[in-house]
Amino acid sequence: MSWQADIGLEIHVQLRTRTKMFCGCPNAFGAEPNTHVCPTCLGYPGTLPVANADAIRLTVRSGMLLDSTIGLRSKFDRKNYFYPDVSKNYQITQYDEPLCIGGHLDIVVDGQTRRIGITRIHLEEDVAKNIHFGSDSGVDFNRAGTPLMEIVTEPDLHTPEEALAFLQALKQVLQYGEVSDCNLEQGNIRCDINCSVRQVGAERLGTKTELKNMNTFRGVFRALQHEIPRQIRELERGRSIVQETRRWDEASGRTEAMRGKEDAHDYRYFPEPDLPPVQLTEEEVARWRAELPELPVARRARLVQAHGLPEYDAGVLVADKEVADFFEAALQAGAPAKAASNWIMTELLARVSETGASIHSLRITPAALASLLQLVEKKVINGPTAKEVLALVLAEGGEPEAIVKQRGLAQVSDTGALEAFAAQAISANPKSVADYQAGKPAAFEFLVGQVMRLSRGKANPQLVRELLKKQLG
Amino acid sequence: MAALTELTVSEAVRVLSEGGTTSTSLLEALLQRIDQHDGAIHAYVSIDREDAMRQAEAADARRKRGESAPLLGVPIAVKDLFNVKGQPCTCGSRMLEGYIAPFDATVITRLREAGAVIVGRLNMDEFAMGSSTENSAWGPSRNPWNTDCVPGGSSGGNAAAVAADIAFASLGTDTGGSVRQPASFCGCVGLKPTYGRISRYGVVAYASSLDQVGPVTKDVRDTALLMNVMSGLDLRDSTSLNVPTPDFTTALGRDLRGLRLGLPSEYFGAGLDPEVERAVRAATDVCRSLGAEIVSVSLPQTKFAIPTYYVIATAEASANLARFDGIRYGARVKADSPLELYEQTRARGFGSEVKRRIILGTYVLSSGYYDAYYLRAQKVRRWIRAGFDDAFRSCDALLTPTAPTPAFRFGEKSADPLQMYLSDIFTATVNLAGGCALSVPCGFSATGMPIGMQVIGPALAEETLLRVGHAYEQATDWHLRRPQLKASV
Ligand SMILES: [Zn+2]
Repeated sequence: MSWQADIGLEIHVQLRTRTKMFCGCPNAFGAEPNTHVCPTCLGYPGTLPVANADAIRLTVRSGMLLDSTIGLRSKFDRKNYFYPDVSKNYQITQYDEPLCIGGHLDIVVDGQTRRIGITRIHLEEDVAKNIHFGSDSGVDFNRAGTPLMEIVTEPDLHTPEEALAFLQALKQVLQYGEVSDCNLEQGNIRCDINCSVRQVGAERLGTKTELKNMNTFRGVFRALQHEIPRQIRELERGRSIVQETRRWDEASGRTEAMRGKEDAHDYRYFPEPDLPPVQLTEEEVARWRAELPELPVARRARLVQAHGLPEYDAGVLVADKEVADFFEAALQAGAPAKAASNWIMTELLARVSETGASIHSLRITPAALASLLQLVEKKVINGPTAKEVLALVLAEGGEPEAIVKQRGLAQVSDTGALEAFAAQAISANPKSVADYQAGKPAAFEFLVGQVMRLSRGKANPQLVRELLKKQLG
Repeated sequence: MAALTELTVSEAVRVLSEGGTTSTSLLEALLQRIDQHDGAIHAYVSIDREDAMRQAEAADARRKRGESAPLLGVPIAVKDLFNVKGQPCTCGSRMLEGYIAPFDATVITRLREAGAVIVGRLNMDEFAMGSSTENSAWGPSRNPWNTDCVPGGSSGGNAAAVAADIAFASLGTDTGGSVRQPASFCGCVGLKPTYGRISRYGVVAYASSLDQVGPVTKDVRDTALLMNVMSGLDLRDSTSLNVPTPDFTTALGRDLRGLRLGLPSEYFGAGLDPEVERAVRAATDVCRSLGAEIVSVSLPQTKFAIPTYYVIATAEASANLARFDGIRYGARVKADSPLELYEQTRARGFGSEVKRRIILGTYVLSSGYYDAYYLRAQKVRRWIRAGFDDAFRSCDALLTPTAPTPAFRFGEKSADPLQMYLSDIFTATVNLAGGCALSVPCGFSATGMPIGMQVIGPALAEETLLRVGHAYEQATDWHLRRPQLKASV
């Protein structure tokens, strides 16, 4: 019997706004507990929410990037439940009139493109963080009330690989849209999974379980790798799947049922009386659409067309918006396109993957890279020297041109000096000269290397070859 | 000259500006009278005398510097649900015992800017749920006209204080009649402005879509004065209206020629006390004699108002009051788990009427009942609003009784919640419909208890109400009568 999994994702994305969703507190990560709080986000009596217009704009922008339908009218609702992480004991969210409805995102897995449906996108407030120490607990309300966008997909994903590909593609779009920093360590993207299995060909979806507590994309992948076979095993043993919420345990690599109580919630949604419905205007929506940033697919095509980059190279560069931004900034500063692309793809991305930091946190700026590549292009320095200079800039920062000057790294193109080096190399290596004349090209390369050595690496290699050939007749 | 405490706000402003008295003298006279009489009335739950005196001194200093402001130096008392920075704000509940407000409500800020001295916190039914102050955790207030009778509620402390001249004027809130009904019971003027006219920011919510701040005053002019100061857009309250604030006093001093006033037949039917009916009909005649045309109208939705009100108000309240959980502020009963902490804290912190309404509200929002109750109530609410719209096509305002009876005795209705709920029958419809309404004194019962007439207008028709109320007031002297108080000390 063969089985198919049906996977839907509920992805919570923290929006990149200056302030919280319903008050003026900063929307910032990492401060001392309970320092970004005010009576409103602490749920003090008498306070009222005021919706953050920028959060609404970013949610609508996300919808546009995912081809959702943007309704001009939407509303907020109260979701009632008692828990210490929600200061009013209700969360302001959107129940039946979300900002964006429908949409899709294409993913590529094993060379196959698949279109994954988006059900809806809505806006809500994030909850606080409960902190446990010893026998006591505390609540940090810094995160409480920060804008949180929830993207719900159709159960169109069938494998852990597809789920992972979807999350990566979504992250790319949201980063491109400047909607969210999508920093996973800071919890900018969190994800719940709905997962069921059915026999291939069966029309109805199977009974689903909800998986929670995946903190990384890898966690989503692994949880599904565990949950799908678990459900199949259950069904093959003739048991049925219990509709329940299961918690992913990263350490043991298993999912386990959460207590049933969590599932029994009746959230008693009703329209938030403190907030009038959101009413967007046609003009507003049109303006936001006009402001949409370029998406990866379009950017890749543009890089190929405008700069003659190979498809593959352009793909690598646009995969991460920050990398593509760095590349274009270097071009702006005068870097030759192909060289910039090569250097970023090899030297800089290697460093990025070593350190795990973003390309912008490297000590080399796009302008410095441009300056370095210009020095190579003008033959002031050669390739190996350029790598040496790059290592210096990455380690200590600084301006390549100044470093080259300071350290006397400019290559020698003085024919007189190089002719002397060439003569020296020829006379010191008669065997290589004989080999060369016997038709062994490796011997020539050896002689080039000797001249380079004599010039301490600063010789212009092109010139060295010409001079050697001339002297060897 | 009358005793300082008998002054209205507008009189006090005049005397102050003429140099006839100072803010500190006014305050001292007021505090002295409170000492004499509030033992019997129990209008106040707390007074910070030092803080009030500092404000009065500051007002006097401002005046000395040549400054002027609409309410400069006049003491104003507020219901115990307005956040006033540094002051308690218990909402008549043990749940907020010891709570100190961390900020000023927008209306308080506006009153301060207008020079008012914010003094004292007035008793109320717990979280504004009630019609008699019998639901206050701190004991009921008493009606100055007869201390065996309730002052009405929920803003009962407001009306009792103003009627007893132990407040010059006061700020209350009206969700289903909580300003107008006590004003009627105590012989004061009470206004429920249009929803959104005055910011709700800093006012502890009972039912967010119905709550509105309203003044309780000695006469209609004072209501106009306070409305001038309090009204207007507030960006902290997304439901506040972006409409210009007129000078409400320009509506005063005009007769009623050209106005058409409607008498809705449904407000004069069974259940209406005959003395109340007589007084209101007589008041109608006065309005006619002042030039108004009186017409009959029908509001067939009236009988659905109370059930609709109690579904919507309790639903909203069940969520609004969820925040009182003992975690961040207010009373807390220690327990081993959060759930237990909530249960214990709320079981001890809330009184029985509040619990009843939270349970009711939770029920009508529950899965399986939502459509039959909450959703349906919203539909009926729209229908009620349409009914008022219809009525206002044939008249400028409605004249009705404010409450079906004069003030009742303690205990008379507290055993039967439904009877108590029905005392809002003529007022709650206005909150549902989103209009505005004014209660003015229009007579007394045989036993000497005040009776109020309600003037109801469509949204933003406060000027019409004030015009009618003021013209009527000028033609009668009900508002000038004062209860005989026995000094309690
Ligand atoms: Zn805040």
